[in-house]
Amino acid sequence: MTATTDERRTPEADAPNEPASLGSITRDYVARLRGGDIGSLPAILGLIVLVIVFSALRPDTFTTSLNFANLIGQSAGVMVIAMGLVFVLLLGEIDLSAGYTGNVAAAVMGVALTNHGWPWLPSLVVGILTGTFIGLVLGLLISRLGIPSFIATLAAFLGLQGVSLKIIGEGGTIGFQNDVILKLNNGNLSITTGWVLAIAGVAAYAAVTFLTMQRRRRRGLVAQPMLLWAMKSAGLAIVVLGMTAYLSQERAINPLLKSLKGVPIVVVIIVVLVVVLGYLLNRTAWGRHVYAVGGNTEAARRSGINVAWIKLSCFMMSSSLAAIGVILIASRDNSVSPQTAGNETLLYAVGAAVIGGTSLFGGKGRITDAVIGGLVIAVVNNGMGLLKQPQATVFMVTGLVLLIAAAVDALSRRRATASGRA
Amino acid sequence: MSVTAPEQTAPTTSEQPLLSLRGIQKSFGAVHVLRGVDLDVRPGHVTALVGDNGAGKSTLIKGIAGIYPFDEGEYLFEGRPVKVHGPKDANELGIEIVYQDLALCDNLDVVNNMFLGRELGSQAMLDDNTMEQRARETLDGLSVRTLKSVRTKVASLSGGQRQTVAIARAVLWNSKVVILDEPTAALGVAQTEQVLRLVRRLADRGLGVVLISHNLNDVFQVADDIAVLYLGQLVAQVRSDEVTHGQVVELITTGSSGAHGNTNGNTNGNTNGNTNGNANGNANDGPNGGTDGTDGVTTTPGGTR
Repeated sequence: MTATTDERRTPEADAPNEPASLGSITRDYVARLRGGDIGSLPAILGLIVLVIVFSALRPDTFTTSLNFANLIGQSAGVMVIAMGLVFVLLLGEIDLSAGYTGNVAAAVMGVALTNHGWPWLPSLVVGILTGTFIGLVLGLLISRLGIPSFIATLAAFLGLQGVSLKIIGEGGTIGFQNDVILKLNNGNLSITTGWVLAIAGVAAYAAVTFLTMQRRRRRGLVAQPMLLWAMKSAGLAIVVLGMTAYLSQERAINPLLKSLKGVPIVVVIIVVLVVVLGYLLNRTAWGRHVYAVGGNTEAARRSGINVAWIKLSCFMMSSSLAAIGVILIASRDNSVSPQTAGNETLLYAVGAAVIGGTSLFGGKGRITDAVIGGLVIAVVNNGMGLLKQPQATVFMVTGLVLLIAAAVDALSRRRATASGRA
Repeated sequence: MSVTAPEQTAPTTSEQPLLSLRGIQKSFGAVHVLRGVDLDVRPGHVTALVGDNGAGKSTLIKGIAGIYPFDEGEYLFEGRPVKVHGPKDANELGIEIVYQDLALCDNLDVVNNMFLGRELGSQAMLDDNTMEQRARETLDGLSVRTLKSVRTKVASLSGGQRQTVAIARAVLWNSKVVILDEPTAALGVAQTEQVLRLVRRLADRGLGVVLISHNLNDVFQVADDIAVLYLGQLVAQVRSDEVTHGQVVELITTGSSGAHGNTNGNTNGNTNGNTNGNANGNANDGPNGGTDGTDGVTTTPGGTR
């Protein structure tokens, strides 16, 4: 960069490269919030409020590490389905069949595993590929034939419900005996492995973000301030290490009978999915094209992006992740039934993505939204259960939470339009 | 060399058109939209393409862009006949179109929009830093000072800034011809001024610029040449300093400027010796085809630039 280009830069553009203070970081953030770019903030605040309320009402049960581990296990399936839905929602489409797609996939895995005695890995792969195949068919119907996704996936929702009934049999279940499949959403890491992974994860985050920051600074690009990097890394370290310590405690009601401690294995699955899918969305050309199609399909088409392929691949992604999600639910249940991913599973997953901050209008959303939103829904369900509320109340409260999330989305969109941030 | 073949045997490099169309015909079913259009786009020149609604402006540029093929006629790029079957072919030749609706993604930032569909880096890993640098350099090269940060989402930009991004995207690719469809239609006075200055700078950098506009003030401000389409025929391609506002309006509305005895177009055309237009195409131009040079600008496709 020469001196002349530096002159052209306005002072504002250069400011972020100067050593920032706590005050300026806060000011930038508040300015973004005021502009309507709120992201997952409402969901995180809501989560904190819910945790405080339930902790106050049920201090003896809600805050125990046993309950915390349960909560993760209960929400994992919905979270993973919601991650898949994020791809479809980013396009401004919907996949109503994700729940039963996963159900069929889990049933296929169960048949291979239990009825045919296949080893766990091929069974799992066949199950996930079943999901991918359903996604391929849906994607072709929607992208090539032009059936609206609402109708195509509504048909699949009904049809696949029938398919899973057919595979499993009315009122039947397929039980799992395989240890690996059962451990997916029941097992825990050893204490040592948990700590090693937690520390390695935090260190990797800090290192990667630090190197990114340095590389940008060397090339004269605006980089995030060192202070912000330190705050983010320290924050992540506190949360991750704190949770690891909490989950490393003995949490069995009767430890002599069966010891329960360590970070649940499903946490690793979720973290790996978040990192891999987040990378796909943010660092690859494909991910950028997904956002482009969701933001302005016509512009994407004129830029030479293969819109049909982007749609097709997003539906394949959604269905594959739905398969993984329902397999996690089935793993927790130790079996798969025609109603493993019942009607509310899909709606919870859509709710999770939207509560987390993914827009139903397309173009806006992140993978982490699915995790945060999934936690909100799980905390409501879990906390209401501990308060001994009837299912009727749980549904009503969950509905209210979703409504609040949608209202926040709508309001922030209005605000964003007013301030031109959309 | 008062009349030469369309291929133009011995032009100076700066005078050779980047893009030439000869005898372009295009019909949609029974509707004959383009009837033997000849158009030249020269490096370093802003060619304004004007005409009333339905005159065939959009059809012409969409054909140039490769969105649909012309039925008949020659498409020459840098003197060579080329076949353009799709937008990618046009892009590879170095032809970029800035559409009226801009075709930007609001939810992406300036850099991502400029590189949309042609991202740098491998498929598996985008090179965001290089893209950001090149976007910045391109904007700086166009002396764009209105964009604070290239990482701003396009949604938060003003109309003029969006237009700037769309134009910058078009010149990012070492393009040779940039076609702008009504770039100032939705802009305020100050922003229009900004965009027109930018259009002028593109031409000053040696690009061939085609400006489609309904606003004759804009046209006279920046254009070197004015090409007038009337009912699918190019009734005139004249130097903008040789015609008056009123004559252009008349050409747009009636297809001829009438017999005002204005000989500017003709005389200058001859002295320039720039005669790549073809007499044949002219003769087919219906009501104007048979008139001789003394009428003014209507018969000048052969003699003007």
